[in-house]
Amino acid sequence: MTAPVSPSVAPLRAEFGAAVERHLISCGDTIIYVSRERSHDALAWLKDTPGQEFDYLTDVTAVDYRDPERPLEVVYQLRSLARRADLRVKVALDKRRPLEVRSVWDLWKGADWLEREVYDMFGVTFAGHPDLRRILMWDTYAEGFPLRKDFPLRGHFSRAEQTRQALAANPEAHYSLEELSIADAFAELPKDMQERLARGERGFLR
Amino acid sequence: MGLINPAAASEAGERTVVSEASPNFVTTTLDFLTNWARSNSLWPMPFGTACCAIEYMATAASRFDIARFGMERQSFSPRQADVFICAGRVPFKLAPVLRRIWDQMPQPKWCISMGACASTGNVFDNYTIVQGIDTLMPVDVYVPGCPPRPEGLIYGITLLQKKIRGESIVDEQLRQEQLVGPSGLFLPPERVDELSEPFGNSVHQTRSSS
Ligand code: SF4
Repeated sequence: MTAPVSPSVAPLRAEFGAAVERHLISCGDTIIYVSRERSHDALAWLKDTPGQEFDYLTDVTAVDYRDPERPLEVVYQLRSLARRADLRVKVALDKRRPLEVRSVWDLWKGADWLEREVYDMFGVTFAGHPDLRRILMWDTYAEGFPLRKDFPLRGHFSRAEQTRQALAANPEAHYSLEELSIADAFAELPKDMQERLARGERGFLR
Repeated sequence: MGLINPAAASEAGERTVVSEASPNFVTTTLDFLTNWARSNSLWPMPFGTACCAIEYMATAASRFDIARFGMERQSFSPRQADVFICAGRVPFKLAPVLRRIWDQMPQPKWCISMGACASTGNVFDNYTIVQGIDTLMPVDVYVPGCPPRPEGLIYGITLLQKKIRGESIVDEQLRQEQLVGPSGLFLPPERVDELSEPFGNSVHQTRSSS
């Protein structure tokens, strides 16, 4: 049984022409490759066009293949909550050039930590991201990007050096409670949540 | 756990004597008395980082009940704790936290490394896991298993109690802090490398693919 191609492919091709490099079906899911230059436009189009409405960004991740010739792929998994449709969009990045793609943080705020994770693990920079720092490894981590295929499993440094650097780290210098505090985000919360928080249901906020 | 219980008395050897004139008098050694008190009222500082912590919780709960060994008070503050129990794998990112908690505990203190991860890094011989917490702090008892059953941990705890009963309060070395030195480690770097050496199947992993 061959799964049907996502109905988003044809209109996307009509709109972006050659920027849609190819599409394929894998395990029933449609995967669309778009060019690096137009990726942000294509994703914005998929999000905002009536009939597409991919309003939810499920995940951003990346794949590095063992073959050094093969490009590194940044993967966007989209979901339209209203239409109950999924779509996978990939952007292939040539490994001989700087790994850079435009951030989609301005389209989906949830991309913030997802893109930080891709940056942390693969070293892909997202232009336009408001706060592109490491997120899983600590800020001063100096061994590189662990999920790249050319990264040795045990890391580059000796165990003693890794232990020394880890012990020298000051966790409080990079991760403050304020960073995780929703007090800062109070103004941006939905109204009903603001009311509940102001009543003190979850502790004292303000 | 009375002093005149024959088992305890024999542990203290000939030196514990119940007065013949009155049972209210006992003479014994200070070491025996101190160790008896210390070993039977250990306050654990549980540091559960992964799946082993689930087994630790079972050990602390009613069925296995480590309160029977004088450990009814789980100390979630390192400053009021005697035994550091690391239950689970420790990533390098957590290493400074672990070390700081250990440093915050006052003497006398002991450390139990619970499970294969805390003791050796287990199968996680990779860039992110500390290859045994003995590269970060001194460890008294290693409990093997993935995870160890509560019985295993209890055995480890009784081993620690046994060890404590063999200590002497005049031996100052026992209570000396082993701080992180100028090298940034508490052991010589070669020792850390040696402790972190791969073993078993893990020897066959590629050290580098580049
Ligand atoms: S030793 Fe096994 S059970 Fe314990 S933390 Fe490691 S993987 Fe989990």
